[in-house]
Amino acid sequence: MCDKPRFLLAGDRGFLVEFGASINPEINQKVRQIFLSLEKMPIEGVTEVIPTYRSILISYDPFKTNPERLKTRILDRENNLDKCDIPPPETIEIQVAYGDDFGPDLEFVAQHNKLTPEEVIQIHTSGTYLIYMIGFTPGFPFLGGLSEKIFTPRLEKPRQLVPAGSVGIANNQTGIYPIDSPGGWQLIGKTPIRLYDPNGSPPILLKAGNYLRFKSISKKDFQEIAVRYNG
Amino acid sequence: MAKKMEIFEVIQPGAYTTVQDRGRFGYQQFGVPVCGVIDSFAYRVANALVGNFQGQAVLEATVIGPTLKVLNQGLIAITGGNLSPFLNNTPLPMWESVAIHPDDILQFKGVKSGCRAYIAVAGGIDVPMVMGSRSTYVAGKIGGIDGRPLAAGDRLNKGEGTGKIGVRFHSDLIPTYLSNIEIRVILGPQDDYFSEDIKKFFTSTFKVSTKSDRMGYRLEGDPIVHRKGVEKSIISEPSVPGGIQVPPDGQPIILLVEQTVGGYTKIATVISSDIGKVGQAKPGDRIHFRQVEIEEAHRILREEKEKIESIKMFLR
Repeated sequence: MCDKPRFLLAGDRGFLVEFGASINPEINQKVRQIFLSLEKMPIEGVTEVIPTYRSILISYDPFKTNPERLKTRILDRENNLDKCDIPPPETIEIQVAYGDDFGPDLEFVAQHNKLTPEEVIQIHTSGTYLIYMIGFTPGFPFLGGLSEKIFTPRLEKPRQLVPAGSVGIANNQTGIYPIDSPGGWQLIGKTPIRLYDPNGSPPILLKAGNYLRFKSISKKDFQEIAVRYNG
Repeated sequence: MAKKMEIFEVIQPGAYTTVQDRGRFGYQQFGVPVCGVIDSFAYRVANALVGNFQGQAVLEATVIGPTLKVLNQGLIAITGGNLSPFLNNTPLPMWESVAIHPDDILQFKGVKSGCRAYIAVAGGIDVPMVMGSRSTYVAGKIGGIDGRPLAAGDRLNKGEGTGKIGVRFHSDLIPTYLSNIEIRVILGPQDDYFSEDIKKFFTSTFKVSTKSDRMGYRLEGDPIVHRKGVEKSIISEPSVPGGIQVPPDGQPIILLVEQTVGGYTKIATVISSDIGKVGQAKPGDRIHFRQVEIEEAHRILREEKEKIESIKMFLR
């Protein structure tokens, strides 16, 4: 499934290392392994490493190194991955209050798929989702693993404001909005957990390559957790 | 702790004035873009002129500069685009350090050349560090003043500085900002999605659209068409500042410092030394692209660094 890595220049301070041409967990696992190995044992001159669905973006200091030298080092790293102690991925649980004001589109998602709202919640909470990549807005997870039983197209007209914490579905994707932003996803619930807290440690809760599960909580639990979070 | 002192009160914020430093690094894997100044050459020279160490925060003004009331004695230098700076209704020289005094009014009377001016203060603009940087990131609501552009009534602090008045350097080293510019690029990462239109990309002239900001510059011109039989989009991936996206409509977008992830093909990437030139282009200005190899881009980067070193020699 994984191809021989392709190296693609991205300007004079960065390049992409591509491990495959599709979205699948096996390629992403390779991305995670190389990424964690580069985080753990940095290569001289590398300034930033960003994991993606199927590639790694390497930023470097051109006064200290060059792409050719880095290419050799990265291929060498790939061949010796078994010598690098990579921890297994973690699974994080995200509590979600589903429906009503928290998820105004839950009814629509149910109707669209000829299910009851309870069945949508049951299906959404029974999946384990791979965090392929973080981006778009700070802390926004690109998740894989949504059951096709609840695939739902985007809203025809995006909302001007989707509140932070909203959990949504767009076609074959599910995700969480970390900050207030405009958005066109079908909103089915909301989490009181903060995915993005600029002054927190760490400021971003999720990490690419790990897994995520949703847990259904009551509106009362939501309020309690929200209060605990915000002091 | 360094001594803080109030330096400016914002009377009028201008079109879009933000606090920026060299950027926020290490958080792109979490979807936080680098931000920071767009014209890094003008920024580095501004800091050098007022005796700041590199990396201190400045104000980046866009087209219409702010009106600022000076609250305490200080030392400033203005570089970058010429937005017609005046101090108490007298034209203020750019690219040199100037003393300011309480109740002075610093204002800008209209753009003459370029698009972005940098206002450095000895001691640096002092706002809290967030994730290792003072740069304003408006979408993420962090950095600068409460994560937003300046607003009337804001009061800005400065750190402790030690610069000298009247510091300047040879005018040959001051860049000129033209309205018809050449931008040097390296092909890729997705140049293989194009064939004959790569040539068109390099022979066309593009107009800078009014829809241009710190996220990206939209260009208008003869559409660049993808090679037959390829997808017009890619699996979403992070972008670097300078990446030139070609969406399905064929109108290129030069991505800048507040962009993280995108799903469009990138035909080429602007070399780092020319990103400042892009940021000094205004809506209506013309851009054409020239291809360079990576070795040449690195040589240009070294020359730019040497130029800044020679400016610093002048300042001693």
